[in-house]
Amino acid sequence: MDILVKSYAPPPVSWSEIYRYMRTAEPDSAVCDTARECMDEIAGALRYDVCYAETPVKEHNGALEFGFARTDSRDLRICLRGCDRAIIFAATVGAAPDRLIAKYMRFSPVKGLCMQAIGSERVEALCDKFCREMSVSCAERGETLRPRYSPGYGDLTLEFQKDVFRLLDPPRRIGVFLGESLLMTPVKSVTAIIGVIDGGESNEAKHTT
Amino acid sequence: MELKEYIKENILFLDGGMGTMLQQAGLGPGELPERWNLTHPEVIERISRGYYDAGSNVVCANTFGANSLKFSPEELKSIIRGAFEIARRAKESSRGGQEKFIALDLGPTGRLLKPYGDLDFEKAVSVFTETIAIGAECGADLIMIETMNDSYETKAALLAAKENSSLPVFVTNAYGADGKLMTGASPSAMVAMLEGMGADAVGVNCSLGPRQLMPVIEEILSCASVPVILKPNAGLPAVRDGKTVYDVSEEDFSREVSRAVEKGVQIVGGCCGTTPEYIRRLTETIDPIRSFAPRAEKRSVISSYTKAVRFGKDPVLIGERINPTGKKRFRQALIEKDLDYILREGLLQQEHGAQALDVNVGLPEIDETEMLKRTVFELQAVCDLPLQIDTSDPEAMEAALRIYNGKAMINSVNGKIESMDAVFPLVKKYGGLVVALTLDENGIPDSAEGRYEIACRILERAAEYGIDKSDLIFDPLAMTVSADKNAALVTLDAVRMIRERLGANTSLGVSNVSFGLPCRDAVNSTFFALALENGLSAAIMNPYSSGMMYVWHTFRVLHGLDENCADYIAFAESTPPAEASAAPRASSGTETVSVAPDEKDKLREAIKKGLKDRAGQLTDELLVGTEPMRIVQEQIIPALDEVGRGFEAKTVYLPQLLMSAEAAKTAFEKIKTAVLSGKNDSPDKMCVVIATVHGDIHDIGKNIVRLLLENYGFKVIDLGKDVPAEEVVAAALEYSAPLVGLSALMTTTVAAMEETIKLLRKNAPRCRIMVGGAVLDREYAEKIGADKYCGDAMESVRYAEQLYSELQNEGK
Repeated sequence: MDILVKSYAPPPVSWSEIYRYMRTAEPDSAVCDTARECMDEIAGALRYDVCYAETPVKEHNGALEFGFARTDSRDLRICLRGCDRAIIFAATVGAAPDRLIAKYMRFSPVKGLCMQAIGSERVEALCDKFCREMSVSCAERGETLRPRYSPGYGDLTLEFQKDVFRLLDPPRRIGVFLGESLLMTPVKSVTAIIGVIDGGESNEAKHTT
Repeated sequence: MELKEYIKENILFLDGGMGTMLQQAGLGPGELPERWNLTHPEVIERISRGYYDAGSNVVCANTFGANSLKFSPEELKSIIRGAFEIARRAKESSRGGQEKFIALDLGPTGRLLKPYGDLDFEKAVSVFTETIAIGAECGADLIMIETMNDSYETKAALLAAKENSSLPVFVTNAYGADGKLMTGASPSAMVAMLEGMGADAVGVNCSLGPRQLMPVIEEILSCASVPVILKPNAGLPAVRDGKTVYDVSEEDFSREVSRAVEKGVQIVGGCCGTTPEYIRRLTETIDPIRSFAPRAEKRSVISSYTKAVRFGKDPVLIGERINPTGKKRFRQALIEKDLDYILREGLLQQEHGAQALDVNVGLPEIDETEMLKRTVFELQAVCDLPLQIDTSDPEAMEAALRIYNGKAMINSVNGKIESMDAVFPLVKKYGGLVVALTLDENGIPDSAEGRYEIACRILERAAEYGIDKSDLIFDPLAMTVSADKNAALVTLDAVRMIRERLGANTSLGVSNVSFGLPCRDAVNSTFFALALENGLSAAIMNPYSSGMMYVWHTFRVLHGLDENCADYIAFAESTPPAEASAAPRASSGTETVSVAPDEKDKLREAIKKGLKDRAGQLTDELLVGTEPMRIVQEQIIPALDEVGRGFEAKTVYLPQLLMSAEAAKTAFEKIKTAVLSGKNDSPDKMCVVIATVHGDIHDIGKNIVRLLLENYGFKVIDLGKDVPAEEVVAAALEYSAPLVGLSALMTTTVAAMEETIKLLRKNAPRCRIMVGGAVLDREYAEKIGADKYCGDAMESVRYAEQLYSELQNEGK
């Protein structure tokens, strides 16, 4: 099974998403200025890296079996129904958000909150970009993709992260690490599974959160 | 022949990508390659022999991921021993006639070190130590630390190698497309740290193809005085016709690597995708015996975890403000372990142009070793300037140097034998640029010649320890000119002598010159200008002084060090020369500005609007004629209450709440300073200990709670994130805290919260416990034994206020 690595140019920014992550429906001009100042500071330090692999997947005795692991998750099984392959990926925007969130949460929590929101929006935008790209190349082969699904969603436990990390080796490929409590660093990183289905209606990958 | 001898006159050829070869041989996804030493020894032997046959001088034993985090002690031993037996068989059976060596291969642990990850630095050192001890026993010829993408983990591995063997150590890092390590280090920062610690060769491996790595290798060649290593990938992998292929051919690979050799690289090999055929092409293309391009001179350099700062022509500014001498508020912060205050001082100096920070936290009433270690660790989490470890206690110095992520500046050694014998071994082991004071057992000589002679003796002694002149920076001691009219002249002469005769760098604590005089800034600035003109390389100074900063910028302009005068112009635009000090200061009490009574509400308005600077300025003005606690009661708290009520009613959103809280904090900090300088009561209400529980690294909610509690006058002991239950209990007892706040975001860490509550109930039964976090609700909080569930930060404040008033009523 081959593990591939991709680096992307920055995806377009959605300010409404950033404000949503900041839990403010109506940002005033001071908040908008602070958020833009934070974006100016962090933008040049972000990376947009993904590593991924395509694996076979089949249902067996009520469990899902991948080439590298198995899981009893019922929710994932529903999500991957009809798929015989899946794309497993890890994505990150790098360590800059960790550093800046840590710094500003101590000295300017407003900026900390902005950095936090920007990091979340950026990594989600990266995942969306990657999924769209996969969707396009699958469509060329007459395949469609299911929505992406991450360990920790529904009944797919975080334990599954261990299997994903054994498969993809993200520490080495894109600098994403798994801690003892199964949380990732850099914090603005995502792992997910996307089911691949032969034929079927167009079902572009999208958020599941 | 010994390896170190061999590389003096020969290009050294390494092997290629073992992982790629194992995958081709059928290594399954997620399978640990090192286990194949036991299950498929013949495959490993065939691959290793293939590289020797292709002309590799060094083949790495298959131990890249062999560490105690992945394997049990018994299995680890078998795997490493197996790896060396296999490598030896491959070496002996190879037809190649070249010199052959076997390396113990050390890759990353796969875990990220604190503060961003969860692996403790000393734990990482011990993990590498176990592998190294077994590898050295097995007869390794060298240790190859490779593919490290974090400078701190690289330091842990190199430290373990140096502490547990006398083998040569080669170190290569994996740089990204931006030319930096994943955790931010530039190639020159890595070279500074690794050379300082005694790596025998440094360089780059993995990540990219040879062409993309050329800028990184050029930067390394420009600053490394040890041999440089290049081990690129065969380009990037891509899937073609269902097969993974690398996009750089054997021919292109060897041509690009040959170019790097022409530029001065001495040790070459390959990483992912480089089969024995790639190595064969390399060994056929590159003549191993050749005259090498000259290496870079040894540099006077220090580094942080991201960048290097070089000493020489361009003078370096070292901020002096992290030091308790003469600063009541700073002393108070040290005694209260108020790290935030100290860290803020560091960040503020960086904003004002400091290029390195002196760190002195010595006070008789605190444990200096612990405090220095903690300050250095925490500073590095928020500030990327190199640090100068400033202590006279060798134990504290070693503890700080050990955990420092980079090559530190060390303050200081002097001409006394006792001092040199205590400090030089630390410089040699951990690396460092050490400030050498020109004094000895007989004190400070009155003459420049006398100070110069001590400098010469220090230089000789340093050489006996294997420390180069480039790692010394002499401080010929700025003395008080009001006590001796010739003091400044002697110091200036000594600076020039050391510069001209020894060709060494110099540094001064500039501000000492003006003690006892009025308008000290004028004296300091003029003395600084004269010292720079006499060749001063660095100054420990106050970066808040616009006078000193003007001198520095002007000197750089006049000496052609500031391209297009860009730095000077930017500074002058932001700092008008008339401004006496750019630093925010509390009222000295001598200002005559008064505030009309109807202006008092302006502070309340500034806080409500979240105007941080304005709130600070208004508080300064109010402090001239108003009791500090009245300002808190009548201005700060009412403003916060109003904003808080808006937040609870959902008419004010989180960012606005935080902006007001920051403005209030600025005002409160001014109040605290004023209280310390007078005889007023402490503004603190009661102590609250807060923490994110063990295993959880999410601390945003907890930080917001801290900020608001501080605003309302509570003394908050913030233990940070991922805090073990025992530490929470210890802090609750140490500070006799009536209230503990615990936060958890993950379902997986709520168990740790429950355990912490249990332990608190047992050991600090009078302590109330409030909890919060995304995974909790009232019912669950009750179930795990908390006294109070707080849905948001304001609810925490309300609960703390309620408890405080209960305790007041009980008379506690």
